Amino acid sequence: MKTTETPPVDTAEERPPVTKVTVARTPPAKATEGRVLNFFSHGMLILWAFMVVLPLLWAVMTSFKTDRDIFSSPWALPDRLHFENWSRAWTSANMSDYFLNTVIVVGFSLLGTMLLGSMAAYVLARFDFPGNRFIYFLFIGGMSFPIILALVPLFYVMQNLSLLNTLPGLILVYIAYSLPFTVFFMTAFFRTLPSSVAEAAFVDGASHTRTFFQVMLPMAKPGLISVGIFNFLGQWNQYMLPTVLNTEPDRKVLTQGLVQLAVSQGYKGDWSGLFAGLVMAMLPVLAAYIVFQRQVVQGLTAGALK
Amino acid sequence: MQHGKYRFIVGFLAAPLGIYALFVIWPFIQSIYYSFTDWSGLSPEFKMVGFKNYSRILDDEVFWKSFQHSVTFVLLLPLVTLTLALFFAFMLNVGGRRRKNAAIAGVRGSAFYKVVYFFPQVLSIAIVALLFQFAYNPNSGALNSALKAVGLDSVQPDWLGDPDLALWCVFAVLVWSTVGFFVVLFSAGMASIPRDYYEAALLDGANRITTFFKITLPLLWDTVQSGWAYMGILALGAESFAVVQIMTVGPNGGGPDYSTTVLPLYVYQKAFRDGQAAYATTIGVALLVLTLLFVAVVMRLGRRERLEY
Repeated sequence: MKTTETPPVDTAEERPPVTKVTVARTPPAKATEGRVLNFFSHGMLILWAFMVVLPLLWAVMTSFKTDRDIFSSPWALPDRLHFENWSRAWTSANMSDYFLNTVIVVGFSLLGTMLLGSMAAYVLARFDFPGNRFIYFLFIGGMSFPIILALVPLFYVMQNLSLLNTLPGLILVYIAYSLPFTVFFMTAFFRTLPSSVAEAAFVDGASHTRTFFQVMLPMAKPGLISVGIFNFLGQWNQYMLPTVLNTEPDRKVLTQGLVQLAVSQGYKGDWSGLFAGLVMAMLPVLAAYIVFQRQVVQGLTAGALK
Repeated sequence: MQHGKYRFIVGFLAAPLGIYALFVIWPFIQSIYYSFTDWSGLSPEFKMVGFKNYSRILDDEVFWKSFQHSVTFVLLLPLVTLTLALFFAFMLNVGGRRRKNAAIAGVRGSAFYKVVYFFPQVLSIAIVALLFQFAYNPNSGALNSALKAVGLDSVQPDWLGDPDLALWCVFAVLVWSTVGFFVVLFSAGMASIPRDYYEAALLDGANRITTFFKITLPLLWDTVQSGWAYMGILALGAESFAVVQIMTVGPNGGGPDYSTTVLPLYVYQKAFRDGQAAYATTIGVALLVLTLLFVAVVMRLGRRERLEY
């Protein structure tokens, strides 16, 4: 086995794979390299884990402190758990409104994105017609364009359609900007599904529409879940689109509402309430992630690994 | 499958394509057209001015500052993030102590690390930016008081207020929030590389650094490349806009003396603060060119023979 004296050999790739049996008999860790490396890798890994968790814990801790304690001793534990920060943020700092707006906007956008995205993808993946490739590239081209460029004229398009500062307007825009990735992903997915089932349904007299909704869509469920999670997180966390297109104070979504609060808090000075709001916005997503961790990771990495 | 085929295709494509054309394609085309006008965005009147906006860019000091910052981001951010992520992913998958039945193994608790590292990815970049804005606060922020606590009273940087530091503070937040995603992504890629390759290499006496460069990286190259493109688009687009706009306020937005302005933020300011919509779209076109150039370079440099396994 590997000892430290042997020089590294560069021909690793050409070498045919050795059967597992020979290696399986290897005596367990004798080289010191293993131990040093293990110590080193654990150290680095723990350090980064610490750096990820610490700011989050700090935020949770701070949300339970009084304003005075926040400023005098940022790292000290709260003297007691000031839950009133949370209730104050929820009611008087409008967190409840921001939550509701976000839920409405993301709920409808997600539904619309998934429905329209898979409809377009289905047609593009399984039917041959003039312009198919062109429309496909039109859709996926949107993935690499800087959105901010389109936002300037889009603002005035929305204004002319009286959609500016409305929730339906925001929903439509979320759908439009989620379509490129959704169509890209779902087209690839529909191509992998066997065509025999759809043909059988069609021969049995089902229309194209019925075949899609009753046969193909249920079969595409794993893909729908992956891309659904991706879109959910993207739309829930969206900041730039609402900042530009939705400036009405009553209709703000969570992210822009919090930023708005932070700016105005500079004058009002309710920092503890703001931290409570911040943690309130963080915790549901983190909790959902911990519960559905496997699906979230699969959903978010599926597109990139293809 | 011919009966009613075209009616069905039109019926299914009409709504998605219509929404996409109206809210994405049409504004894109318009913005290129507007970049040749003197439109303020406030009144409906405008006239064509040819390349005047484009020549104005050449003398615009703030534009070149933003440009420089965006280029710094697009060059360094993928490099730092992906290097860190590859390092951690390799540690997680191959850095473990040798156990009885495997020549290589992940570290103990690698599943736990992967869950934790992914946290920032599910949080909104806006919330992350707010959180770090507080942490960077010079008087009572977490960072400076931590420095004080370990006896470094004299080292109390004015993080976001220091023109030399502000950009790097923003940079660090972007790294913090994206590394975890790539750790998980690369781990998934590494897990699908056959173990035999590592075992063979180790038998031949290769150390782990060699196996990383000779086996892991080449076999993971496709994933790294798409990650590189993705990261660069982030660095030029919405994410960098959000962190800079939220974290560095300053009198003009974009930090002290425009030390953190990036191109998307400058587009936003020109269009929605200064009422220079046409000029904003011109800056946007420059951003578009930069983005496409970047993607083209990544695709070109990254082209290698595809390795099958």
